[in-house]
Amino acid sequence: MSGNRAAARRRQALFRWATISICLVFFALPLLGMLEFTTRGPGGTRSPQTWATLVDFGTVSAEYPVLREGFLSSMGLAVFTVVIMLALLVPTMTWVRLRLPHLSRTVEFMCLLPLTVPAIVLVVGLTPVYAWVTYLFGESTLWLSLAYVILVLPYAYRSLDAGLRAIDVKTLAEASRSLGAGWGTVMVRIVLPNLRTAVLSASFLSVALVLGEFTIANLFSRKNLQVAMYELGKSDAKISIAVGLAALVFAFVVLFAMSFIGGARAAAAPVARTGRKESA
Amino acid sequence: MRAPERWTDAHREGVTVQLMNLRRSYGSLNALDDFTLHIAPGELVALLGPSGCGKTTALRCLAGLEDPDAGRIEVGGRDVTSTPTNRRDMGMVFQAYSLFPHMTARQNVEFGLQLRRRSALQRRARAADMLDLVALSDQADKYAHQMSGGQQQRVALARALAIEPEVLLLDEPLSALDAKVRSQLRDEIRRIQLAVGTTTLFVTHDQEEALAVADRVGVMRAGHLEQLAAPQDLYAHPTSEFVADFVGLTNRLPGVAVDGHADVLGGRVPLLDGSARSGDIVVLVRPEGIDIALDPSGSATVLSASFLGAHGRVTTEIADGHRVVVQVPSSWVARYQPGARVRLAPRGDAALAVAPN
Repeated sequence: MSGNRAAARRRQALFRWATISICLVFFALPLLGMLEFTTRGPGGTRSPQTWATLVDFGTVSAEYPVLREGFLSSMGLAVFTVVIMLALLVPTMTWVRLRLPHLSRTVEFMCLLPLTVPAIVLVVGLTPVYAWVTYLFGESTLWLSLAYVILVLPYAYRSLDAGLRAIDVKTLAEASRSLGAGWGTVMVRIVLPNLRTAVLSASFLSVALVLGEFTIANLFSRKNLQVAMYELGKSDAKISIAVGLAALVFAFVVLFAMSFIGGARAAAAPVARTGRKESA
Repeated sequence: MRAPERWTDAHREGVTVQLMNLRRSYGSLNALDDFTLHIAPGELVALLGPSGCGKTTALRCLAGLEDPDAGRIEVGGRDVTSTPTNRRDMGMVFQAYSLFPHMTARQNVEFGLQLRRRSALQRRARAADMLDLVALSDQADKYAHQMSGGQQQRVALARALAIEPEVLLLDEPLSALDAKVRSQLRDEIRRIQLAVGTTTLFVTHDQEEALAVADRVGVMRAGHLEQLAAPQDLYAHPTSEFVADFVGLTNRLPGVAVDGHADVLGGRVPLLDGSARSGDIVVLVRPEGIDIALDPSGSATVLSASFLGAHGRVTTEIADGHRVVVQVPSSWVARYQPGARVRLAPRGDAALAVAPN
C-alpha cells in the first residue's frame, strides 16, 4: 500500500514539475528572446548599450521624445485612473454593503460588464463622448483615464470586494458612527485602513493594465507608453523592445509585491468577524 | 475592578429615554408595532424576547441606525427621532466584535474622544481610566486579534463609555462568548453601569442575563412590549401566558378556578391578575412551586431526574398523562429513580391561569 502511495506521490510531483516547467518555458522564452535581441552588438557580440540608454532618462528624453511623452502620459494616466477608480468604487461598494445590499448583484454585473466588451466596441461607443471632451476640455491624453477606469473596473471590483468581505464593514461603520464619526471619517479612518491590502491590489492591477493598454489610446490617436513603443518600433526596434521588456518586468514585480504584501498582512492581522465564540 | 475616582466624580447624570409608539416594518413584517418604552434616568432596562420579536430593531432605532416608520424618540426631553447616529451621543456595544482592527485597544478607546477634539493628554488619561475600569490596562497596546473575545468586548465597553454617552446601548454583547466569560462579563457590566449611572438599554435573548443585570426587564413579542417589570415581578407575576412560558420553566397543569383560586394537583393556589377565573383552566406553575415526596401510593410516577449543579429537576407523569417538572435540591436527585411513585402538591405560590386551548 505504502509503495503505491509513494509511486502516486512521485507521479504527482513529476506532473507538477512538468507543468511548471512548460509554463516557465512558455512565459520565459519570449522574454529571453526580447533580452537577447536588445543586447545584440555589432558583429555578433553582446552590448548593454540599449539598456544603458534606457536607464538614462536625460538621453532617452533627448533622443526619443516620443518615448518620454508616452511614458509620462502613461504614468499620469495610471495615477488618474487609480484615483478616480478608488474614489468611485470604494465609497460605492461600501455604501452598497451598508445600506443597499439588494443592489450588490447589479453593481457587480455593471463592474464586470467591461470584461465582455471588446476595446474596439468601447471605442466606438466612446467616440462621441470624447468628441465632446476634446471640444470642451482639450486634447490631453489624460482624459483617457476616464475610459481606463471602465477597463479596470472588473479587476478593481474583485479586489475590493474580497477586501470588504474580509471585514465586518457594517459593524465597524456603525461602531464608528455611534462614537460620533461622520461618513467621511468612517471612510477615511475606518474603512480605508482596513481595506489597505485590497486597495493596493486594485491599484496595482489598474497600474499594470494602464501601462499595457494600446488599443484605445491608438484608436483615439493619443500617445501613451504602448503607442510610443509601437511608433518607436518602426525606427528603433531595440529600444522599443527594451521598453516593452522593462514594462513587463515592472508589471511582474508589482504583482509579486502585491501578493507578498497581501499575504504578510493577512498573516499579521486577521480580522475578527461576527459569531466567533471565544473565552477570555 | 473598580470605577476610577477621578472618572466617577465627573460622570454625567443619567437621562430619561422615551420611545413612543414606534413602528418599523420590513416589507410585510412588523418589527415594531406601536412600541412604547420609558427608561428612567440611570436605569438599566433589558429587552428580552425570541428571535425576530423586534428587540434589536428597537435598540437600533434608539441608536439612530434604523429609522422608525412612525413614532417619536426622546432622550433627556429632546426629540432625537431625526438626529443622525453620530450626533445622538450614545455609546454602543455590538454583538459582533467591533473593535477597529487597525487600532490598539487604547486607540480604540481614544477614537471617540479624538472626534470630540479632546487634547492628547485628556485622551490618554481618559483611555487609561476606561481601560482600568474594565481591568485591561495591561492590554492597552494590543490589537483586537491579539485579544480574546471577552477582552475585546470589554474594550468595546470602555470605548463606548469613554465618550461619556447620555445613553449606553448593549446589543447582545455577550452572545459570542462562552458561558463562564459571559457570566463574569455580565456582572462586570452591571457593576460598571451602576458606578457610572448611565441610562442603559440592554438587548438579549438570554433570560438569565436579562434577569441578572436589569432594573427592569421588558419581554417583547411580535414588535410590542408584552410586559415590563422588575425581574422578580416578571418571574413571579407574569401577566400573560407568553411571558410565563418565555421567562423560566413552566408546567401547564389542568385545574379548576374557584373564587380567585385554582385547584391543581390536589392543592389550592391563588390566581394572579389577568388569569382565567371560571371553570376548567390551565394553571402555569413553576417547577420550584411544587413539592415532591416519595410515596408508594402517590399518583405521579418519576420519568427521569437530572442533576444540574446547584439544583436538580425531576420529571414526573401524573395520572392524566401530563408531565410535571419539579425542582429539587441537587442532593435529592439520586432519590428519584425512574418508575418511583411520588406525591406532588403545589406550594401555594400565586400562579397565572389561562383558558384551555
